[in-house]
Amino acid sequence: MDFELDDEQTALRDAVRRLLASTYATIDGRRASTAKAPGWDEGMWGRLAEMGVLGLPFTEEDGGMGAGPVEVALVAEQLGRVLAPEPFAEAVVLAGGLVAAAGSAAQKEQLLPGVVDGTTVAAFAHFEPGAAAGAPPRSVTATQDGDGWVLDGVKEPVLHGAQAGLLVVSARVDADGTDRTGLFVVAADAAGLDRVDYPTYDGTRAARVTFASTPATPLGAAGANASDVVALVTAHAQVALCHEAVGAMATALDLTTEYLRTRKQFGVPLKTFQALTFRAADMYVSLELARSMALWATLVLADGDPDAAVVAATRAVVQTSAAGRHIGQEAIQLHGGIGMTAEYAVGHYTTRLTAIDQLLGGRTAHLRVLADHVGEYDVVDPLAV
Amino acid sequence: MRLRLSEADAAFREEMRAFFTTQVPERIRSVVAERRELSKDDIVETQRILNAAGLAVPAWPTEWGGRGWTSLQRHIWHEEMQLANVPAPLAFNTSMVGPVIATFGSQEQKERFLPATANIDIWWSQGFSEPDAGSDLASLRTAAVRDGDHYVVNGQKTWTTLGQYGDWIFTLVRTDPDAPKKQMGISFLLIDMTSPGLTVRPIKLIDGGQEVNEVFFEDVRVPVGNLVGEENKGWTYAKFLLGNERVGVAPVGSTKSVLARAKQLAKDRLDDPFVAARFAELETELLALELTALRVVANSADGKPHPASSVLKLRGTQLQQAVTELLVDLAGPGGVASGADDDSAVPQWARVATPRYLNYRKASIYGGSNEVQRQIIAGTILGL
Repeated sequence: MDFELDDEQTALRDAVRRLLASTYATIDGRRASTAKAPGWDEGMWGRLAEMGVLGLPFTEEDGGMGAGPVEVALVAEQLGRVLAPEPFAEAVVLAGGLVAAAGSAAQKEQLLPGVVDGTTVAAFAHFEPGAAAGAPPRSVTATQDGDGWVLDGVKEPVLHGAQAGLLVVSARVDADGTDRTGLFVVAADAAGLDRVDYPTYDGTRAARVTFASTPATPLGAAGANASDVVALVTAHAQVALCHEAVGAMATALDLTTEYLRTRKQFGVPLKTFQALTFRAADMYVSLELARSMALWATLVLADGDPDAAVVAATRAVVQTSAAGRHIGQEAIQLHGGIGMTAEYAVGHYTTRLTAIDQLLGGRTAHLRVLADHVGEYDVVDPLAV
Repeated sequence: MRLRLSEADAAFREEMRAFFTTQVPERIRSVVAERRELSKDDIVETQRILNAAGLAVPAWPTEWGGRGWTSLQRHIWHEEMQLANVPAPLAFNTSMVGPVIATFGSQEQKERFLPATANIDIWWSQGFSEPDAGSDLASLRTAAVRDGDHYVVNGQKTWTTLGQYGDWIFTLVRTDPDAPKKQMGISFLLIDMTSPGLTVRPIKLIDGGQEVNEVFFEDVRVPVGNLVGEENKGWTYAKFLLGNERVGVAPVGSTKSVLARAKQLAKDRLDDPFVAARFAELETELLALELTALRVVANSADGKPHPASSVLKLRGTQLQQAVTELLVDLAGPGGVASGADDDSAVPQWARVATPRYLNYRKASIYGGSNEVQRQIIAGTILGL
């Protein structure tokens, strides 16, 4: 077992870090990028594409870089460190990943080049109002209409759903009386497609997407049950988001320790008070445990067994979710009132960590999945997944 | 980055697993599995089996029985030993005084002590803490005054674990009460516990057991040849020793083993979502700890502990305690029957659950209390 990056991976990480620093050296960068349409910096998105970052998860055959989860992870961590709003995990790893995993050869050839070169921003319309995390689609249904398919129902929230040029949609398909999960592609200008854009509390954009007899194309073979594909690609996106969270947690801790060193009260720096430094120490413990788990989950994804990948992602979410809450909450508390302000950076880290936590599905839901299977093995062996 | 062990390391793991599960008597391993108290003979017998196979002191210099293993191999050795419920070699011998003598001792001391220490022909006790020197170890007062070719030692040590079995005790003593810093006047002295003037008095603990002792020194004469290294340099050797202690102190394998056994015992209760969730949570937390230990192992160069080893001690003992707590909850009211004999209707595991839980409150105190670990993390890692 080996957690070290090779030279190429180190170079990629450093290049991404330098590129992001050009725009996101301070929180003002995020503020500026999220204040204008589409909610991220299109120049930055283009430069990430030029660097090959948007093609990392895809095979060379699909027009990608033929890299893998490790490269995806280190990019995600860099994005998280500076709270870059570019939707790498959501648009590339998740929505693009679904096209790569489920699409036919023709669909991949048609759709992936735009994802890789940054001209098509894809979104995965999956969450449904009132549905639990990880639940199969219920309210959006797909029905056959002559030679084609149409979708009906509401997806919400869909991250950058109104800005996306390509929607990948999960839908309930009635196949001989049993429900299946189908994946469909919907064009941005499809008839009967209504998208209502709004801001989210972490400064990004989401949409309510309504389908009314909206024409849709099955991704891959029509009628195939896509629930395994959704689970696996979701696992990849979750682990990427865990790394984004690790990056954000690391910066939140840096900001906090810096504040404890420099802020004076009662005539002395805050770091004089052990009640505060011990809490910072506990934040470090949470961060390192979450980092270990995210790295391991990445290696399990790279190892290739899909069932193991889903379980590893679940464990990474359980750890990251708890760590993100702990570090996010303490970062604000140790700053005091300044941490509550929109002007100061640290609160934005807490906000984003909270959003990531919710998008991951949260600790409780994932713990329930693990608890359901806890009687099926003796010990967890990280080396024999 | 790579998930799998290399072929060589995987084979090494199999070799260790095979040895521990076939060469150490089941009679002894079941004592550990059932969380009963190991006898002195159990510990000595096991260590001699390990030592004969070259598995007692792999981290020592090779000329004294070390194996020249990588830090990952040492980690695997340690984990597999714990998973197989093999009593670990006596830490006072193999990871405390042994490495100190091997690194700082004279050639004569090495020849005299190291083979006997590896084979537990000498059972070592630790004489560090004092009634007024706990976490603030450097304020210790036990004095050693030079008198010809002897030191005359007066004072008291405490929390001496298994001191009732001790043949020798390695101590920190004050040799220069006028040193400008209290750390500078301390020496590392080896003392024969049969010396006149040395007495051991047991301390009874809240779990009913007698695991620790007070050791009193009244004009105990110790030959100057028993001084390790230089006079007044003992604090350096003690820091070296405590660093080693901390690396081995994240008990991942044994905690996993206890948790796995708890799951077997609770098999028919796993349909209770609260019970199942506690297992799922503890397993996940333990996995994160194990992975962090692997990261620390990979980054430990030259035997120097990675600063994150403080995370291992802190979190490792928290989880060790959390698992003992789970067993208390699983035992329920039956756990009160701790003094019942084997005819009891309460199963053995439930009868020992609470004494073990109480006993393991020690884990977050010894080896540098968890508050000391937080101090190290805040100071050394976070620069606070």
